[in-house]
Amino acid sequence: MSPPKIELSGVKKAFGEKIVLDGIDYALPEGESLVVIGGSGSGKSVLLKCILGIIRPDAGSIRIDGEETVGAGSEAREKVRGKIGMLFQGSALFDSLPVWQNVAFRLIQGQGMERRQAKEIALGKLAQVGLAPPVAELYPAELSGGMQKRVALARAIASDPEIIFFDEPTTGLDPIMADVINDLIVASVKKLGATTISITHDMASARKIATRIAMIYGGKFIWAGEAKDIDRSGNAHVDQFIHGRAEGPIQMAVRRP
Amino acid sequence: MIGILATIGRAFLEGLAALGRLVIFAGAALGHMVRPPFYPRLIGRQMIEIGYFSLPVVALTTLFSGMVLALQSYTGFARFSAESAIATVVVLSMTRELAPVLAGLMVAGRIGAAMAAEIGTMRVTEQIDALTVLSTDPYKYLVAPRLIAGATMLPLLVLIGDILGVFGGYLVAIYKLDFNAAAYLRRTADYLEFMDVVSGLVKAAVFGFLVALTGCYHGYNSKGGARGVGQATTNAVVSASILILVFNYIITELFFAR
Repeated sequence: MSPPKIELSGVKKAFGEKIVLDGIDYALPEGESLVVIGGSGSGKSVLLKCILGIIRPDAGSIRIDGEETVGAGSEAREKVRGKIGMLFQGSALFDSLPVWQNVAFRLIQGQGMERRQAKEIALGKLAQVGLAPPVAELYPAELSGGMQKRVALARAIASDPEIIFFDEPTTGLDPIMADVINDLIVASVKKLGATTISITHDMASARKIATRIAMIYGGKFIWAGEAKDIDRSGNAHVDQFIHGRAEGPIQMAVRRP
Repeated sequence: MIGILATIGRAFLEGLAALGRLVIFAGAALGHMVRPPFYPRLIGRQMIEIGYFSLPVVALTTLFSGMVLALQSYTGFARFSAESAIATVVVLSMTRELAPVLAGLMVAGRIGAAMAAEIGTMRVTEQIDALTVLSTDPYKYLVAPRLIAGATMLPLLVLIGDILGVFGGYLVAIYKLDFNAAAYLRRTADYLEFMDVVSGLVKAAVFGFLVALTGCYHGYNSKGGARGVGQATTNAVVSASILILVFNYIITELFFAR
C-alpha cells in the first residue's frame, strides 16, 4: 500500500507561552479532501504553514509522499513545495503584476517557462475559473473580491499541483459568490485529482468541498471522520460548532455582561 | 533608581539584539545576492526607481549645498583674507562628505521608505508567503535586486551630485562674489585628488546598500496591518539615516586616518 499523501504525527508549535498546536496526528490518503474546521485563532493557518515549511514546528513529523519535511534541507523543501498549490485567505495576489503574470508566476519564475507559453496556460486556467481573456491584462486592485479569489484559485492550480491548500476560501464573499467559488474548487480538484486540505469556519463551504472533516480545538484534532458523519459526530464541541451556538463546551474568551 | 537603570539596560540589550538581527538579515541577503537565479528585469526596475527617479531630489540638494557652501565659507574666510580657498573647500567638502551623505539621506527618505512600505504591505497581505509557496525565494526576488540597485545607483547619483555641487559653488563665486572664473576652476582642479572622489563614491555604494538593506529588513519583518507598515517605514528611514552617519565616520577614518 502506498504511504498516505500527507501524514502528520505529533506536530507541536508554540509562540512564546501560547501553545497553538499541541500534538496533531492525521494521515490523509491521496485524492481525499480534508476540511479542518475550528474557531478563529485555533491554529488552523499555523498548521498549513507548518506543512508548507513557512513555519517550523517545535516537534513532530510531517511526511509528504512518505518523505519527512520537518528539518529537511532547503532543496528537499523546495521539491515538496513544488507539489503544493495554495489559495490564500486574502488572495495574496501580487499587486505589481497583471492578472496573467500572477497566474503564470510559478511557471515563469519557478520553472523558467517561456513567457508566451506561460501566458497561454494562464489564460486557460483563467477560463477554467470563468474569467475572460480581457481580465488577464488588468491589475489585481482593479478586480472585485470575488474575481480576485478566482484569480487566486487559477494561480493555485496553474502548475497542476498534486496537493492544494485552501485557506478560508469563502471568507469575505457573499453567499452566492461563496458557492460559486466552492463549485470551482470542487471542479478543479476533481479535474486535477489533487489531495487537498482546506481550513474554514464556513460550514456550507466545508460540507461542499470536504470528503473528510477534522475539528481543531485546543491545539488538537478533537474529532476527525468522513464528511457525511459530521452531523452524527457525537461530539459536543463539534455539534456546537456546526450549529453555531454561543452556549456549549467551547467558551469564547468574551466577557459576559 | 534601579528601575531606571533596568530600563536603560533593557533598551540597550534590545538595541544590540536588533542590530544582530539586521546583521543576520544582511548576511542571508548577501548570500542570496551572489547565487542564482537572478532577476535582471527586477534589478533594472529598481535601478530606474532608485537612480533615475531620485535624480531631481539629489540634483537640487547638492546644487544648493554647493551654493550655500561657497557663500558661507566666503563669510568666514573673508575675515582672514583667505577667499581664494573657497574653490578648494567647496570641491573637497562636496566630493568627500556632502554629496554622499546628503544624497544618502535624501534617498533614505525617498527609497528606503518606499521599500519598507511596499515589502511591509506584501508581508501583511501574505504576498511574501505566496512567493515562497510559488517556489520563489523572497530574498532573491525582493531583497537582492533592491540591494544591488541601491549599491550601484547611489554612486552614480553622487557623481552627478559632485558635479552639480561644484557647479553650485562656481555659480555663487562667479556671479555673486565676483571671482575670476578661470582662476576659480583652476583652483578647483588643482587641489582635487583622485582619492577624494573615490572615497565619496565608496561611501555612496555603502550608503545605497544600507538604505536598501534597512528598507527591506523593516518591511520584511513588519507585522500587524497598516499600523505595522507605518512603523516599519519610520524605522527604515530612521535606522538608515543613523547607519549612514555612523558609517560615514567609519569610512572616512579608514580612508584618511593616518
